Amino acid sequence: MDLTFFGVQLLNGLQYGLLLFLIASGLTLIFGIMGIINLAHGAMYMIGAYLVYDLTMRLGNFWLAILIAIPIAIVLGLIIERLFLDTLYKRDHLYQVLLTFGLILVLNEAQRIIWGGDVHSVPVPAPFDASLQLTDNLQYSVYRLFVMGVCLALAGAIYWVIRHTRLGIIIRAGAVNRDMVEGLGINVRTLFTLIFSVGVALTAFAGMIAAPLTSIAPGMGDSILITCFVVVVIGGIGSIKGAFWGAILIGMAETFGSVLIPSLASMVIYLIMAAVLLVKPRGLFA
Amino acid sequence: MNNIFKKTAVVSLVGAGVLAASIANADEHPVKLGLLLPYSGTYTALGEAITNGLKLAIEQQDGQLGGRDVEFVELDSEANPSKAPQNMSRLVKGDNVDFVIGPVHSGVAMGMLRVAKQTGAITIIPNAGLGAATNELCMPNVFRTSFSMWQNSYPMGKVAYDQGHRKVVTITWDYAGGKEDIAGFEQAFTEAGGEIVEEILVPFPSTEFQSYLAQIASLKPDAVYTFFAGGGGVSFVRDYAASGLKDSIPLLGSGFLTEGNIAALGDAGDGVLTTMHYAETIESEANRNFVEAYEEAYGELPDTYAVQGYDTGMMLAQAMYAVDGNTEDKEALIEAFSKVHLNSPRGPMTFSDSHHPIQNVYLREIRNGKHDVVDVAYEQLEVPDDACRM
Repeated sequence: MDLTFFGVQLLNGLQYGLLLFLIASGLTLIFGIMGIINLAHGAMYMIGAYLVYDLTMRLGNFWLAILIAIPIAIVLGLIIERLFLDTLYKRDHLYQVLLTFGLILVLNEAQRIIWGGDVHSVPVPAPFDASLQLTDNLQYSVYRLFVMGVCLALAGAIYWVIRHTRLGIIIRAGAVNRDMVEGLGINVRTLFTLIFSVGVALTAFAGMIAAPLTSIAPGMGDSILITCFVVVVIGGIGSIKGAFWGAILIGMAETFGSVLIPSLASMVIYLIMAAVLLVKPRGLFA
Repeated sequence: MNNIFKKTAVVSLVGAGVLAASIANADEHPVKLGLLLPYSGTYTALGEAITNGLKLAIEQQDGQLGGRDVEFVELDSEANPSKAPQNMSRLVKGDNVDFVIGPVHSGVAMGMLRVAKQTGAITIIPNAGLGAATNELCMPNVFRTSFSMWQNSYPMGKVAYDQGHRKVVTITWDYAGGKEDIAGFEQAFTEAGGEIVEEILVPFPSTEFQSYLAQIASLKPDAVYTFFAGGGGVSFVRDYAASGLKDSIPLLGSGFLTEGNIAALGDAGDGVLTTMHYAETIESEANRNFVEAYEEAYGELPDTYAVQGYDTGMMLAQAMYAVDGNTEDKEALIEAFSKVHLNSPRGPMTFSDSHHPIQNVYLREIRNGKHDVVDVAYEQLEVPDDACRM
């Protein structure tokens, strides 16, 4: 493996990892603070992609589509939390798992009814529809660099909120001991609504900005969900920092694994998860 | 006297009843077609297209097969292999269908074929392309009206060599369908004298192709041959174009790479070469009539799946006509099926000894949002099916 090839793969791994982080961050927040295993997280990613596809086709402008799709995603999260999850907080985890599993079925079917079974795509939007020449025959889409930038900026913003704001203190405290936070007079119910909506919006947003880079197809969120759970478990449940480094690690592992040890490519991330859990059973940053 | 009259009256009534029943048998007892196709989930569009094509063919026969009316029993396979044996049994034993038509998904086919073996139910496969269905698992009561992975990819091997490519990288998903497809290409390409430089297998169903594209760029082959389908096909072709590789390394593929995906591919699809047993642009009267009738009936252009459904209907019509609508004599029916000769929208089509279609495979290039037929890549290709012993 020469140096250029290594560099290109490093770039690929980083870009994939950063996108994974964006999806996993919402998952880890919801999981860590609300204690809810949101199986429908992947379906939200899919809904984000379909929303932006639909709106881009209608409006002819990708950026406008994203601006409109984000509030829709937040409202969707709000509705799900208030109408469904809210009644189940007092129940066992299993009820919540069943509910979010049911949501996958409902959202997938809704997707089919609204948008049908065909595969769709969104063109790469201007001004990022150009490419850089990496090697003599390989180009790299500028839009991928833009996505990396957005993911990094969002990672920074989330980190700042959690480290340096009052809300962040509550979130961190909530991840450690929910009962105590409630005991200190903080309205956990509002906090939960906020966390869930933001979590859903983050993953839906990931689906939106990933839309021009991928194909928009039924079930596109199902496979990414499992990878994101691996990221969350490796990083430590509820830890944004963990989700970040876990996502970068998995992004790199999948990229280099697929090239260096192709026969184990589909197993690499699970081997890493097993290894991490052996050394740190609660994840890297929990 | 009164008594005798009564008796004769009863006897003649019974006689008349029996006579009436036997006449009615031909007219009123419909042929039952059991459709085991996906009407939900990822493959819904395929199941619907096949059903549409089939119904169009039967409507063109005035809704009859061999002089009998037709009744459809539609069962959603959910493309779920674990439910396949149970669903098939339900159609054969519960609904007593005369023919089973299905499935789309090769995994479901495996489960269905098990029941087809036990019950002897006549089964027509309108899609699933696993080679074994008409080879290792072949049985007299099973026919296929579609393709096999091998049949669609084998012709591309020679095309690639004839276009001057000597070193090729193949890339597909790490699953049976992908590997069977690649094997067909590889066989023809290496027979011709070409070399497969690298055989890349991507974990199924990942659509994260960036690292493989970098690998292809550094290997610098003459061409890339690929099998992906659905969303994976769209992602791969778009990523391949975005990486700039398309300018220096031509992309070849099995027809499923782009089938049903042309709109989603956009400009990225231009110039991609694929081989397949159908193209919507085939210049023949049969195809023009079919496309026109299908568009009129359903308001959209037919695809390969619709043709496969349509030919299933035409094949039923021809065989049922030959046996005069008699579905009791299974052997005569099977005999009639194997002699079917269709002037299909896809071109002439007959069945091999393993009950697989002998058909043309076309070389297609995407131009202006259509699969243009460049050439017939292989005329009347028969799948060897060496392991089939009936």
